[in-house]
Amino acid sequence: MKKLFNSSIGRKIAMALSGVFLIVFLTQHFLINITSVFSESIFNMLSHFMGNNPLVQFILQPILIVGVIFHFVMGFVLDWQNRKARPVKYAVYKGSRNSMFVSRNMIISGIVILSFLALHFYDFWVPEMDYKYIQVLPEDPDRYYEELIHKFENPVRVGLYCLSFIFLSLHLIHGLSSSTQSLGTNNKYSSIINKISYAFGIGIPAGFCFIALFHFFMHFNT
Amino acid sequence: MKLYLKIWRQKNNKSKGSMIDYEIDNISPDMSFLEMMDVLNEKIIEENGDPVAFDHDCREGICGSCSMFINGEPHGPDKLITTCQLHMRKFKDGDTIYIEPFRAKAFPIIKDLVVDRSAFDRIQQSGGFISINTSGNTLDANTIPIEKENADKAFDAATCIGCGACVASCKNSSAMLFVSAKVSQFSLLPQGKVEATDRVLNMVNQMDEEGFGNCTNTGACHVECPKGISLDYIAKLNREYVKANIKK
Ligand code: HEM
Ligand code: SF4
Ligand code: FES
Repeated sequence: MKKLFNSSIGRKIAMALSGVFLIVFLTQHFLINITSVFSESIFNMLSHFMGNNPLVQFILQPILIVGVIFHFVMGFVLDWQNRKARPVKYAVYKGSRNSMFVSRNMIISGIVILSFLALHFYDFWVPEMDYKYIQVLPEDPDRYYEELIHKFENPVRVGLYCLSFIFLSLHLIHGLSSSTQSLGTNNKYSSIINKISYAFGIGIPAGFCFIALFHFFMHFNT
Repeated sequence: MKLYLKIWRQKNNKSKGSMIDYEIDNISPDMSFLEMMDVLNEKIIEENGDPVAFDHDCREGICGSCSMFINGEPHGPDKLITTCQLHMRKFKDGDTIYIEPFRAKAFPIIKDLVVDRSAFDRIQQSGGFISINTSGNTLDANTIPIEKENADKAFDAATCIGCGACVASCKNSSAMLFVSAKVSQFSLLPQGKVEATDRVLNMVNQMDEEGFGNCTNTGACHVECPKGISLDYIAKLNREYVKANIKK
């Protein structure tokens, strides 16, 4: 077993597992955020729960942070190894003749997502930690919705979010189907998995985009 | 046809190579790509130059030696063929053709377009066989019933000619398609099952030691493979490798 995770296949399996874990997280995150579009109170209730439940705060949140860090560090390691495996590049290389653009540029879409994550942490996570654990302000279960729409008043931020979601989409279209291949799923399912991969990879980021734009336009004048 | 060729020239493994321009005229569209290279080399020899070194043997798509990377793809623009099966009618008069060696750290250049693919031999030697006594008392293979589906899959995998186009086309120079074919052709059959665990562990281990890249599942390999080896074998290799690790 020790050998497994020191091998090329083992690293890809670890990559796929962390990717699938992030996909599960992303789905959960989306399902909570979308409630903000139709119900302020449900969104506040769910956010309050996620922000104050000790299981979420002290067990799931650290696991998530480790998962994200593992995924992008491993992404950089794999990319570095892969570049090393061809020290002299081709003068002409027609990747478009045999593979998808998104599959050849996971590191690019990944780096954009990583920069977005930095912004996102600065926007929501840092103030949240400051509120709860540094300033130790009294909890107001109704503050979350206000904080959310306040963030989406700024057109530059909304623009940056939407741009990042496009890259997230590019990452996921290949990422989801690729992870099942890494995990050894029988290829008789690949056509259906590819369809799910497209639907999820376009649907979820488009949904996040919609949420950002919705709040921007709904509160445009206020 | 008149053609403008840009060919990678490199004296030996130590020297630095570069793309050199050649012009060639009166090429018939019915010539194979290697025949066109022969004509070029005759011309170079007449001019007292050093002919372009390239690999070839059978010239009928079965040995896997011919290995050029032509206009950005291994074995050129056509699919499901090797370079020796590529014909000049795939090109137009006045075309510029880039001809490069297969590039990978694990395939060091010997000279010009000739690369050393013995990394594949070492992977094979690490487990790509079955240990059977062949000294006269072998059983007829047909005495063991094998389901048609697995027999077909094993045969498909066994059509791999070890050409290395999968490595050449992969953006990561990964050898996963080759290894997956060589592992599967045995593990799908009863005779190969006996040593399946050690085989997959040893072959993947050797593959990693040779310095091939990791698989990103871009699928370039199976599109460029002259034998159309399916990506399915890579998923199967991943499954077998995990199972073998759990067993050991
Ligand atoms: C919410 C964020 C993210 C999700 C849901 C996600 C998901 C995935 C999935 C499912 C895969 C496929 C794994 C496989 O093929 O085995 C993948 C691959 C990859 N991810 Fe991410 N990812 C995210 C963020 C990032 C970030 C921030 C980076 C930073 C650089 C990154 C870099 C990569 C790379 C380089 C690969 C390709 C690895 C390879 O196949 O060689 N990802 N991602
Ligand atoms: S898998 Fe295909 S491309 Fe790779 S070595 Fe075998 S025949 Fe050549
Ligand atoms: S020379 Fe044998 S396959 Fe091309």
